[in-house]
Amino acid sequence: MSVARDIITVAGVSAGVFFFFAGTVGLLRFPDTLTRLHALSKADNLGLGFVVLGLLPQTGGLRDGLKLISIWMFVLLAGATVSQLIARTARQSGSGK
Amino acid sequence: MNIATVFEIALAAVVLGLAIWTIAVPDTYSATVGFIAYGLLVALIWVRLDAVDVALTEAAIGGGLGGVVLLGAAARLRDTEAMTTEGPSLIVRLSAAILSASIAAALAVTILLLPDPAPTLAPAVVANAGATGMTNPVTNVLMAFRGMDTMLEKVVLLLAIVGVWSLASDQAWGGRPGPRHQADPNGVLAFLARLLPPAGIVVGIYILWTGADHPGGAFQGGAVLASMWLLVIMAGLVDTPPVRSRWLRLILVGGPGLFLAVGLGGLCFGAAFLAYPVAFAKPLILSIEVAMLLTIATTLGLLLAGAPERSAER
Repeated sequence: MSVARDIITVAGVSAGVFFFFAGTVGLLRFPDTLTRLHALSKADNLGLGFVVLGLLPQTGGLRDGLKLISIWMFVLLAGATVSQLIARTARQSGSGK
Repeated sequence: MNIATVFEIALAAVVLGLAIWTIAVPDTYSATVGFIAYGLLVALIWVRLDAVDVALTEAAIGGGLGGVVLLGAAARLRDTEAMTTEGPSLIVRLSAAILSASIAAALAVTILLLPDPAPTLAPAVVANAGATGMTNPVTNVLMAFRGMDTMLEKVVLLLAIVGVWSLASDQAWGGRPGPRHQADPNGVLAFLARLLPPAGIVVGIYILWTGADHPGGAFQGGAVLASMWLLVIMAGLVDTPPVRSRWLRLILVGGPGLFLAVGLGGLCFGAAFLAYPVAFAKPLILSIEVAMLLTIATTLGLLLAGAPERSAER
């Protein structure tokens, strides 16, 4: 059982790292604010999601698992809101083009 | 050399590089962003050192609320910085560099000259962990074994808020801190400010409650509560309270006041200042912590809200 759990963890965290890496490359390479935000929010949402998914089998119980999932939910909420606010400001000030 | 060591060396190198970049970058805003990232990475270092309590505080204060204070300062400085063409003179910069370098050197010498093994009271703390009914050694030290330091720290917070308020002009004295924030009442910020605080308040109280046995405590919980309050203020849903308001000042002095009262009670009825009666140690510490949670949350929120700027009527 523990081997199966470890395989899920390695796969999940690796997928998360891939999205964080892709998001970081996008943040550095994309030409303007809106596309950079797009890359960054993918990294936050999917990357952290996969990392949490990978860590779930390693938790001691339901409580810890729920804590991990709620951390991901909070990051989703905050990330989506902040991206919206930055994108709106960038668009209004004209730098988003 | 295992993978954890490689990670630690990489982390330390990134923190050092970021620190140098923060000092070297000419733009105030970039330096502030660098400093916030630096605070978050230092929190990771504390986690690696198994000091999770310190890591929580560093992330909440150094990375979070402190970062917001610096961002606000950078925004205010932007206009004056655009007008001044020349930087500080060579002598000022040289003296600042010499002063900073000598402080860094003194710290390094102090660390390097520590006897090996360094003197520690950690075994005594672990041995007496049961005396207060709490198992988190950090909370034991903060609230019981070195309660005096924690009490004085809260008084320092009060002094800080007095210092911020004293920047108010005569007309605004007693009024509301900061500008009145306006946001679209149907926008995303107002939505977040309605959705997040119920969960955030639960998390803040949970961090206080779990601090008895796990990493956490009044300061970290208070920082979460303060950020929820600031979110609601920034979304324009509520206004900052006028600093002359009586309930506000009662909350501000409530935590340190109760701490002092319990301390004096220990002097009158017990062995020494801040000596808790063994049977009531946990309830007393818990009530001090609850009062301090409110005081810390209010103080941190008001520190970020700034000096009174508007009369209380509007």
